[in-house]
Amino acid sequence: MSADLFEFLCRMGDNALVLGHRVSEWCGVAPVIEEDIALANTALDLIGQATLWLNYAAEVEGKGRSADDLAMGRDVWDFRNLLLVEQPNGDFGQTIMRQFLFDAWHVDCLGALAQSNDRRIAEIAGKAVKEATYHLERSSDTVIGLGDGTDESHRRMQAALDLLWPYAGEAFAPDAVDAALLEAGIAPDPARLQATTFATYDRVLGAATLIRPDTEFAHRGGKTGARHSEHLGHLLTTMQWLQRAYPGATW
Amino acid sequence: MKPFDTKQIWAWLADVPDPEIPVISVVDLGVIRDVSQHDDGVTIGVSPTYSGCPATQVISRSIIEVLRSRGVANVDIATRLSPPWTTDWISKDGLAKLAAYGIAPPSKAGGPKACPQCGGDDLERVSQFGSTPCKAQWRCRSCLEPFDYFKCI
Repeated sequence: MSADLFEFLCRMGDNALVLGHRVSEWCGVAPVIEEDIALANTALDLIGQATLWLNYAAEVEGKGRSADDLAMGRDVWDFRNLLLVEQPNGDFGQTIMRQFLFDAWHVDCLGALAQSNDRRIAEIAGKAVKEATYHLERSSDTVIGLGDGTDESHRRMQAALDLLWPYAGEAFAPDAVDAALLEAGIAPDPARLQATTFATYDRVLGAATLIRPDTEFAHRGGKTGARHSEHLGHLLTTMQWLQRAYPGATW
Repeated sequence: MKPFDTKQIWAWLADVPDPEIPVISVVDLGVIRDVSQHDDGVTIGVSPTYSGCPATQVISRSIIEVLRSRGVANVDIATRLSPPWTTDWISKDGLAKLAAYGIAPPSKAGGPKACPQCGGDDLERVSQFGSTPCKAQWRCRSCLEPFDYFKCI
């Protein structure tokens, strides 16, 4: 069980860490200052959540590694984040669409985890879901504003949805780790979250006058670590550079 | 043996300012959850406002510093995630101090009740986020001034 639990905690932590890093790449270069601040704040919440999950992962693993060691010392094949969150920022619309597809799932997942039998998981999820709910409110509003906006913003949002949709389904595909945690009452069945999350997708995308691609095809391999996209390695070279060059450096 | 009066420790904590909003103390902010004493020293239970808020670490350091200056040598900070911090825990005093400082206090309605500058109620949201994780940006259409709103969570 502890191996499965470690795996699961890395999945939660890596989603927050990788998306947090991606979103932080906008800091200082967003289209307007309000969005710059909003993106940086979202990144900060996610990196805070990553710290909570990875601290627990490190304790469960019991090999003397810290949350920092996990974040800065693992290579691509040891990361367990969804493929969605490692996808590049693209334009602002693509960043917001990625955020929305993630937030809608994240809120449902954290809401279920807040009822976990594992007290520590329930506590972290109970804290994080408040932040995720706020993120979803903003990403939904922005998807609607841009989707139902000008011809140009609509075209870009539809293009972002068409590009990212095949990465949305991975979150709902269960595997042996999910089955073990479901059995223990620790985590929900990912497939059971799909109906609620898809209802959010349809409500918001409908209001945004965007059309959800009519396919269930989903790229997989992020949450198992079997096959990350080429983008994660590039992200890690930036994120982990300092600890790779100066291992253990503190300040 | 309890070498310190717990009430006294709470009073000392009321002198620890929030690093981002120095007009309110960490006690006003509602992040101090419990104070307990044991043979090795004192444990202060602290709830983070937001998971990634950098002020959380500064708050912990300030608590240790202030209590040490009062002669409490061994201070332990214990993070209390559950129940999660809510703006409901900001004291009445704290709410009044926020407003006087120019930050509209949190409101269940989901937005500020009045402009902290002119008291006007014709308000618009500029951004859901602001200069710190706990705030959003609003603007008053009467006096045209932007202001911070303390997000209600």
